[in-house]
Amino acid sequence: MLRISKHDREILLDPLFHAGRKFYLMISVLMLIMLWGLIMYVRQFVLGLGTTGMERPAYWGMYMVNFIFFIGISHAGTLISAILRVSNAEWRRPITRIAEAITAFALIVGTLQIIFDLGRPDRILYLFRFGRLQSPLLWDAVAVTAYFLGSLTYLYLPIIPDAALLRDNIPEGAPAWRQRLYKLMALGWRGNRTQWLRLEKMIAVMAVLIIPVAVSVHTVISWILATTVQPGWHSTVFGPYFVVGAIFSGIGALFIAMTAARRAFHLEEYITERQYRNLGYIFITMAAIWFYFTYAEHMTQAAGQLTAEFPVLASKLWGEFSFTFWTMVVIMVMAFIVLVFPLLTPDSWQRSRVFRPRFALANGVVSVLAILALLVPQSQGVAADLLGGLPSPTLRIVAGVFGTVAILSILPWLKSHIIDAMIIASGFVLVGMWLERWNIVVPTMTHPRLMPVGLYTPSLTEWSLFAASTALFIFLFVLFFKLIPAVSVWEVREGRVIDETRDSAQMPLPEPSRPPGGLQPAFGDNEPTY
Amino acid sequence: MPKWSMVIDLEKCVACQACSIACRFENNTPVVSPELAWEGREMRWNDVFPAPHEEVGDYPNTKTHYLTRPCMHCENPPCIKVCPVQATFIDEEGLVRQNYARCIGCRYCTVACPYGVRYFNWFAPEFESPLEQHLNPDKIEGRGDLEGPAVRPKGVVEKCTYCVHRLRKAHARAEAEGRDFRPDEYMPACVQTCTGKARFFGDMNDPDSTVSKLAESDRAFRLLEEVGTHPKTIYLQEGK
Repeated sequence: MLRISKHDREILLDPLFHAGRKFYLMISVLMLIMLWGLIMYVRQFVLGLGTTGMERPAYWGMYMVNFIFFIGISHAGTLISAILRVSNAEWRRPITRIAEAITAFALIVGTLQIIFDLGRPDRILYLFRFGRLQSPLLWDAVAVTAYFLGSLTYLYLPIIPDAALLRDNIPEGAPAWRQRLYKLMALGWRGNRTQWLRLEKMIAVMAVLIIPVAVSVHTVISWILATTVQPGWHSTVFGPYFVVGAIFSGIGALFIAMTAARRAFHLEEYITERQYRNLGYIFITMAAIWFYFTYAEHMTQAAGQLTAEFPVLASKLWGEFSFTFWTMVVIMVMAFIVLVFPLLTPDSWQRSRVFRPRFALANGVVSVLAILALLVPQSQGVAADLLGGLPSPTLRIVAGVFGTVAILSILPWLKSHIIDAMIIASGFVLVGMWLERWNIVVPTMTHPRLMPVGLYTPSLTEWSLFAASTALFIFLFVLFFKLIPAVSVWEVREGRVIDETRDSAQMPLPEPSRPPGGLQPAFGDNEPTY
Repeated sequence: MPKWSMVIDLEKCVACQACSIACRFENNTPVVSPELAWEGREMRWNDVFPAPHEEVGDYPNTKTHYLTRPCMHCENPPCIKVCPVQATFIDEEGLVRQNYARCIGCRYCTVACPYGVRYFNWFAPEFESPLEQHLNPDKIEGRGDLEGPAVRPKGVVEKCTYCVHRLRKAHARAEAEGRDFRPDEYMPACVQTCTGKARFFGDMNDPDSTVSKLAESDRAFRLLEEVGTHPKTIYLQEGK
């Protein structure tokens, strides 16, 4: 019989057995979106891929973009939680479970994109029957399968003690199938010394093994593009560029997911600002590396000006993809500002009456209006009517000055609201990374060597399946955390024991979970709790 | 073992598109509506199109160069290297072939081909009334194979095969007549029909064949030599 404190039980376990109206409302909305996606997919399956917007030469489109995007998101979890485990970052404890769940579900949704994209999904098993290991697509199948199995194991291992806890503390009146489920998942866990030793060793081994697999997954996805000779793709930087982008977008997804779980389950005392601040530092690092790679990739193309490659770059810089490209650049810069500038803001600004969100909003609106008036000078739009009469240098100065003031005056608010700041930055990064994948896949497809330049606009089918995929991702996430606690109960308690030991010790002690004698459980031998 | 090769003399080509039409009827490529063609869903295994970036002179005195383009049947084909299920393969006579019964429709080969010779069946093929009575009945079918002009199902990739079914038939005829097969017994439909006699076809391994001699001409060039595919379809330059 494993015990849990009343406080932990009320916050972490009890919500699993009560579903409110909000939960059912959310589930029904998600299921409606997925049903719509299913209808559109059946239509595509019956009629053929002609129902999408893809054509010659844009043979790949939104499905491929979504595939790269979702597999990228999957790097949130396992990679981050594994690196943090290996490096013994204590603050990781409350967020590892959420991170690992993102991985498993993003991989399911990402793999689904490939099935959407196949002309003959009924022949998908040919990949195993007739698979050619020389094809980058099969490398991808191998890497993604290995990563999926690995991250499922890695998600499941830390669940075992929590499942045992649920088995022993299930409230009365809970359905019998849940009792059976937790009993099955607990695998006869009793919390004795041998079991703890085995579990800790297994988790440590998996944490190390999963890192190279995770890196290989997005490298191989980049090689699907980079091993062809198509203009703009045939680049050696793609492997690391994709991996960095994947981790970058993964942290963004993790921020949003952990905030959602924090709000829904009231986990404020478990997931604290410390998690946001520390993960934020990794986020900033990834942003910096991402900017470096993006610049390196485009600069070499711009300097080389190869006849086949340059039109692809030109279409992004000032051609038909300039909107998506510059939107990506602008929102990534905004994300960087939101992440970094508050760290540089002096505390005294918070006492100023000028630097208030309302003031920032007013300045921002003026700046955006000025930019709109600059972008649509000839049109009859509202912005043009309001500001179109002003000469463009004036508009530029107005946009610049008011924009700068808006950014400066929002900084103290961002500094004092770190969670909101991280959510804003994560939203920017997720949209920006999706656009980045779009800017990599589509311009090359529409600028082939010997064919006339094509146009690609996703059809309703593709947008519907994108919405349904996102809904499926959220659906799996919501259901999973109705079954399993969002915070790894035993890991958090282990962290508490470590903190208490640290506090009571007179001398700095070595890390209690890694004493010189090898791996030992963090809790007493005779105490069958934790 | 012959190595099949085609030579296209651009000096003689009048861009009449007869090769495209011959190919369409020989290989049962489906005809699509003008709207679908505008969306980029048309299929032209053998395409005739203005060469990109090669308009010479000032308007109205311009000159446009036309290219006629079957499959290049590369010796180092990028499409084969990426196929995950070996639905496309190069045979010992150098033909790059496509197995419609194997293709899973991932379109990786269409993406990898720098020449754009590969086409995808976005919808199930449809043939309107007079056309459907004149389909070429030839097909190459074996265990898990479906090739040649057999009507393709939706969702698979298809491409020019140098009319591989004609090669099979020529072999079968020679065997039935009890004699050895001669390389000059076989030519694709586009070569047979070419109005300006601009296309030549034959065995590159035979030093005395027309294609071998023409390939040594100083007018000979290959499309996109810089991508390292070593095409076996060779062009003779125009205006030299």
